[in-house]
Amino acid sequence: MSSETKKILTTDGIPLEESLKKAEKKNKLKAFLLVCPLLLFLIITYVFPIGDMLFRSIDDRMVTNMLPKTYKAMEKWDGKDLPDEEVFEAFYLDYKKLVEEKTFGKLATQLNYEKNGFKSILKKLKRKMKKFEEGNYKEQIMGVHKRWANVEYWRALKRRAPAYSYSKYLKGVDMYENEDGKIVQVPEDRRVHKILWVRTVEVAFFVTVLCFLMAYPIAHLLATLPMKYSNLLMICVLLPFWTSLLVRTASWMILLQQQGIVNDFFVWIGLVSDENRPEMMYNKTGTYVAMTQILLPFMVLPLYSVMKTISPSLMRAGKSLGGTPFVAFWKVYFPLTIPGIGAGCLLVFILAIGYYITPALVGGASGTLISNQIAFHMKSTLDWSFASAMGLMLLTGVLAIYWVYNKLVGVDNIKLG
Amino acid sequence: MALPKYTEPHYRIWHYFYLFICSCVFFFLIAPLFVIFPLSFNAEEFLVFSDGMKRLDPDAFSLRWYKDMIYGTKNPWGLAAKNSFIIALFATLGSVILGTVAALGLSSRHMPYKGIIMAALISPMIVPLIISGVAIFFFMAKVGLAATHTGIVLAHIVLGTPFVVITVTATLSGFDHSVTRAAASLGSDPVNTFMKITLPLILPGVISGGLFAFVTSFDEVVVVLFLAGLDNTTIPIQMWTGLREQLSPTILAVATCLIILSTLILVTAELLRRRSERIRGINR
Repeated sequence: MSSETKKILTTDGIPLEESLKKAEKKNKLKAFLLVCPLLLFLIITYVFPIGDMLFRSIDDRMVTNMLPKTYKAMEKWDGKDLPDEEVFEAFYLDYKKLVEEKTFGKLATQLNYEKNGFKSILKKLKRKMKKFEEGNYKEQIMGVHKRWANVEYWRALKRRAPAYSYSKYLKGVDMYENEDGKIVQVPEDRRVHKILWVRTVEVAFFVTVLCFLMAYPIAHLLATLPMKYSNLLMICVLLPFWTSLLVRTASWMILLQQQGIVNDFFVWIGLVSDENRPEMMYNKTGTYVAMTQILLPFMVLPLYSVMKTISPSLMRAGKSLGGTPFVAFWKVYFPLTIPGIGAGCLLVFILAIGYYITPALVGGASGTLISNQIAFHMKSTLDWSFASAMGLMLLTGVLAIYWVYNKLVGVDNIKLG
Repeated sequence: MALPKYTEPHYRIWHYFYLFICSCVFFFLIAPLFVIFPLSFNAEEFLVFSDGMKRLDPDAFSLRWYKDMIYGTKNPWGLAAKNSFIIALFATLGSVILGTVAALGLSSRHMPYKGIIMAALISPMIVPLIISGVAIFFFMAKVGLAATHTGIVLAHIVLGTPFVVITVTATLSGFDHSVTRAAASLGSDPVNTFMKITLPLILPGVISGGLFAFVTSFDEVVVVLFLAGLDNTTIPIQMWTGLREQLSPTILAVATCLIILSTLILVTAELLRRRSERIRGINR
């Protein structure tokens, strides 16, 4: 038989193999087209904005755009000695325009970040500039204040020339690029962000541990009780899960306040005296207690769904082979629950590390986390590029854990009650 | 869980200790919700149990904070509730449609790059809300949708779809595809098949996904804080402002209403879950 006759043909005369491939391709396309609307929607309203955030965090064109002539003139300057008259003239013209447009304040703020003392000499220059005569700007500007004759200030100005910079990322970990272009740490008393990063990871870690310790016994109880009792108890887990986050935080604010019920109870059992009731809110304690209670259901549900699949006969077999109940638990039951532990811990950790609302309400100054700092820069200092940089650093961490979660657990195994 | 008669004493003690621990945890989970109820009926404006309340004196209880919530002058709860419901309804509708269609594609065995696409679609649930809030705020400001209902609805669709995708793909995982093939062989077109065969079978999953999306939108505060203007205020925003500035018992009255609402939603979701498991023949 020749090879041609072996080929099976469909009724249209096309080889079956090709026809099947075509059908497979069509099915793939069909499935993909179904996902397309959501994918496109998310790309436009979600992925693209996050990319925009990345751009914003490194975009440093504000100063460059304000002083276009100066930076053009500076291209030739080698940065060793004071720049030439050309640079001074360009700077005078640029700055005059900013003063006329009343936007010089922004420049002063930006340059003061770069080098302390810039703000005052810019203000002085603005006052004296009105009387400037044409020509020989170098002499006139240097005459305003002696710092204008200091080459350090001009170098600081030149450092802001690149349109993109990673300085916000350095600031996020309390570092900066000094005059020599070296990356160094800021003075010890100004290292605020490192403390926050450490605190965020610490709180997320301990909340995860606390959740695990509390969730394990009750998940076990729920999985081993007869249906009619466990369904009832499951409500205790699911009701907080469905209740508004703000309502749950509000209830903790009532419970933990100084005249609150928890403190009343401590006084009643004689743990503390009525006069010095401990402060349990607006500090780390508040953050720990409230976050643990709020995230507990996210630990219970994955543990429960794994424990439900473990046959009770395994424990009986372990015991009948001579293990004490503890040994049977430790050697048989516990290893089988590890997938649930992994799923629950990773989920709680991911959720805890980005928590914002609860720490903001019950955390006070010592219990706030990195998310609160991002919100602070978005709303109060309006340093949006710094907020973006911090956000993206946090996002990188979260996505890394999410990747591990996806590898170990699989996103399609997330349990929602 | 009764212990067998032959249990040794120290295991018996251990067992009761374990039950005690469990009850403590359950108490920790559920009790905080119940302090809100009695305090919302407080006749005074302090957020502690007054002596009268401890004595169960009827005069110590009143409905004044509920009256304040509904009739109070210059209080924002009416507008906030209206906005919250409108936004949540449209966000739910959008999430359910986009999420269900995507879940149908994801559940097909022909779907290419299933894992990575699924991970991408779920990511808005995982990414910290503050980051989503900042990113979406920049975007909405750029396209001129900041401080509009439309902008908030779009943002909430982003946050709500992962829940729909998860619940509907879970429902579809036990779905017998031969019924759709049977429909096709009987001459039904895909849209008709979906409407008459698939949708009724996966409806419990779709509705419970919708409930999740509704609750997510109804309860969402971080993104709205960035996006909302004065006209777009929602219940969570009002609660947030109230909790930050001064805790008034009116908030507790609102909170009580929210707890009742979430109880209703929980009951619905549970009934749907059981129905869905029955339809799919899963007996747990």
